Amino acid sequence: MTTLDSASTAAVEAHSQEFLVFSLGEEEYAIDILKVQEIRGYENVTRIANAPDFIKGVTNLRGVIVPIVDLRIKFHLDKVEYGGQTVVIVVNVGERIVGIVVDGVSDVMTLTSDQIKPAPEFGVTLSSDFLSGLGSLEDRMLVIVDIDKLLTSEEMALVESVKE
Amino acid sequence: MDITDFYDTFFEEAEELLGDMERHLLELDVEDPDDEQLNAIFRAAHSIKGGAGTFGFDVLQHTTHLLENLLDHTRQGELPLRRDIVDTFLEAKDMLHDQLNAYRNGEEPDPEAFDRICKTLQQLALDEMGKSVDGGEAPTLAPTTSATEPENESAPNTASATVAKESGEAAADDESREAPSAEAASLTVTLLGVDGENRNLLTEELDQLGDILAQAGDDDRYEVTLSTTASAADIEAVMCFIVDDDQVEIRQSSGPVTADQPVSETSSDDQERAAADEAPAHDTQATRQTTQPTEEAAASDKGKAKTKAKSSESSSIRVPVDKVDQIINLVGELIITQSMLDQTVSELDDVNNSSLNSGVSLLQRNARDLQEAVMSIRMVPMDYVFSRFPRLVRDLAAKLDKDIELVTQGESTELDKSLTERIIDPLTHLVRNSLDHGIETPDKREAAGKSRAGQLTLSAQHQGGNILIEVIDDGAGLSRDKILAKAQANGVPASENMSDDDVWQLIFDPGFSTADQVSDVSGRGVGMDVVKRNIQAMGGHVEIQSETGVGTTTRIVLPLTLAILDGMSIKVGNEIFILPLDAVLESLQPRDEDLYAMAGDDILMKVRDEYLPVIAVNEVMDVPKAQTNLTDCIAVIVQGEGRRYALLVDELLGQQQVVVKNLETNYRKVPGVSAATILGDGSVALILDITGMHRLSRTKKEARQLQQGATNQPVPFKEVDES
Repeated sequence: MTTLDSASTAAVEAHSQEFLVFSLGEEEYAIDILKVQEIRGYENVTRIANAPDFIKGVTNLRGVIVPIVDLRIKFHLDKVEYGGQTVVIVVNVGERIVGIVVDGVSDVMTLTSDQIKPAPEFGVTLSSDFLSGLGSLEDRMLVIVDIDKLLTSEEMALVESVKE
Repeated sequence: MDITDFYDTFFEEAEELLGDMERHLLELDVEDPDDEQLNAIFRAAHSIKGGAGTFGFDVLQHTTHLLENLLDHTRQGELPLRRDIVDTFLEAKDMLHDQLNAYRNGEEPDPEAFDRICKTLQQLALDEMGKSVDGGEAPTLAPTTSATEPENESAPNTASATVAKESGEAAADDESREAPSAEAASLTVTLLGVDGENRNLLTEELDQLGDILAQAGDDDRYEVTLSTTASAADIEAVMCFIVDDDQVEIRQSSGPVTADQPVSETSSDDQERAAADEAPAHDTQATRQTTQPTEEAAASDKGKAKTKAKSSESSSIRVPVDKVDQIINLVGELIITQSMLDQTVSELDDVNNSSLNSGVSLLQRNARDLQEAVMSIRMVPMDYVFSRFPRLVRDLAAKLDKDIELVTQGESTELDKSLTERIIDPLTHLVRNSLDHGIETPDKREAAGKSRAGQLTLSAQHQGGNILIEVIDDGAGLSRDKILAKAQANGVPASENMSDDDVWQLIFDPGFSTADQVSDVSGRGVGMDVVKRNIQAMGGHVEIQSETGVGTTTRIVLPLTLAILDGMSIKVGNEIFILPLDAVLESLQPRDEDLYAMAGDDILMKVRDEYLPVIAVNEVMDVPKAQTNLTDCIAVIVQGEGRRYALLVDELLGQQQVVVKNLETNYRKVPGVSAATILGDGSVALILDITGMHRLSRTKKEARQLQQGATNQPVPFKEVDES
């Protein structure tokens, strides 16, 4: 019994990936858990002038200055509130550390490759370039975001563009 | 792990060795060379050769080999030194440096240059040595092996090298070098605590040096018995690039033994150098790799020598800068946590919490001490900068036909590493200027009643939180009339009644060109304004003192470190910003009658008969809920890149030292902001960029006008069309 269990787990692991699931309003999104450094509350953010509105500013993460991006504003969600539930997911993108504001973090999920469907090409606010797929889980749909591509993209204005 | 992992170590060590070599070559007295210095130069070449051989940098090995042979002859007194020989050595050293850089970049060194330097060195060997060693090999061998010669190991070197040279083949390979001690010795090399991979690597190396007779052991202790003609020192020189020297033990095993197979236990360059630094007296006892073991053996006081090396082991370590920066960051965090704690405790009742109180104040003191100690890690002595000038001055003086004596003072003054790297270029420029335009030719100097040799002094000293670096020459001094004439010709505002100081400042003006003084050395358009800009970019400033006929002093004042900034914290709306204190001239409350509107949008403020543009921080930085009534604001007069203006802020909070944090690490450059810092409460405050603010304010105004223009313009156009 035990051997059977571990064998099947191993088989699942071979084709599966772990994701951190977070919510923006009613929608559920997921990012590769290996990109996540930590999760913390939203506090003490210093505004940066003349930056796009979805860049909330910078904060002090144990001596490191980290920019904070509000994905809810970026994705044009109606309700953007900052409360006790508002959390910041600190992710590592390449050499950089960026915090993203979300409405809440729900859980960590393992998705097998057949649970991940290709993303349809129709997004305007969120171009399908930034999606790695859609995760279907019984009656839930998870939008799997390629956080690397999204945060380093030119429209996020987080990274100095080449011409500058 | 493969051998390439050790490349960096080798490159760094080789670089230092080359630096040492150059320093010694420059200090060398041609008439009466110091044996110690000759030995040191020889050892540097030898160590580089050893490493180059290990890593298969053939060109580098070959060049050092030639140089080493020549140096050996010099050391033996067979090759009398002359200035031009030293020049050739220096040239060879430069070539080695180029080769090293080529290898570092993963390229092969320029074969042409290699050929040239080989020819030069071989020619030198033939010219100079051809006569002096006419007697053949036997006579040369005899005196060198005599008891008075301390370096046993070098005796075979000389002999073989001489043989090689006489047959016109200075590039004899290592084997023939060792030939006189030809009888193969059986050595047991014991590796202590070396893991499998490195062990294999080392055994491979050993296999190339001789025949491995037996090998056995485990990770802790692995013994290789080797039949080789190489000396123990050579073997160790090869191995110390891979493992620490205390991990290697070499001893003779029974079998044929030559007279000069020393037993060696220590010798890493760093250690040796450190030992030498610590006790200059030991320097004469000689150090690096090859010679040391023999001499230790000769001194038959191995135990003592070993302790000496051990004690110096801790005297310096090589640490990557990012590790240090990480520590600095963490300590900065600690300070912030500590001040938060301090704040909380101060609100508590004193009587019941006295032990907590005293604990917290102790913590505060310790934390500050810790911060200071950690910051000092980044500091390096100015020697790092000054040490590259002797060569420059020597070369330039020769080129300009001037006699110049370089004096350096305060080499031990410490400065932040990042600043030392950036000060080199401006300083080089100033030194070139002094040599070219400042110090006169020997004849002119004599006519002026001065000594023929000019003196150039480089000095560094601490002054408060700043470091003062001076370039002093005893040349002709600046010509006030010439500068004024030139300034006027260039359309730079200048008048006869300017003070001397103001006149000297003119040469930093971008419009000031020294066109009629163009020479090979300086004055080719890379003006003093670049020097000034560079120094200002480092947060410092530069001033000149000059007296006709007596000399010129250029004084650079720099902050000790870039990591900490003296700042003035200001409040606008609910936001706190930091202004660099050195940009702040004064602050005052504007009065209504001092404010003038100009062209609608712009406001000027009259401060002591000067009209300054006014920039409101809240407008530029889009701060909400800020004071909009101008007369209720505070105007801070700031100056950046020569431009003065008034910044309107709500409130001045105070002065404080802040730790500068880069915004670009995780974000990007923000216009109007130079960096960020973390305040006592853990929040982030932005440090304003004084010149950037001015620029940003203009672009914002232009953008606004463009917008207004866009809504207004279609109307007149239509009218024109209709008419």
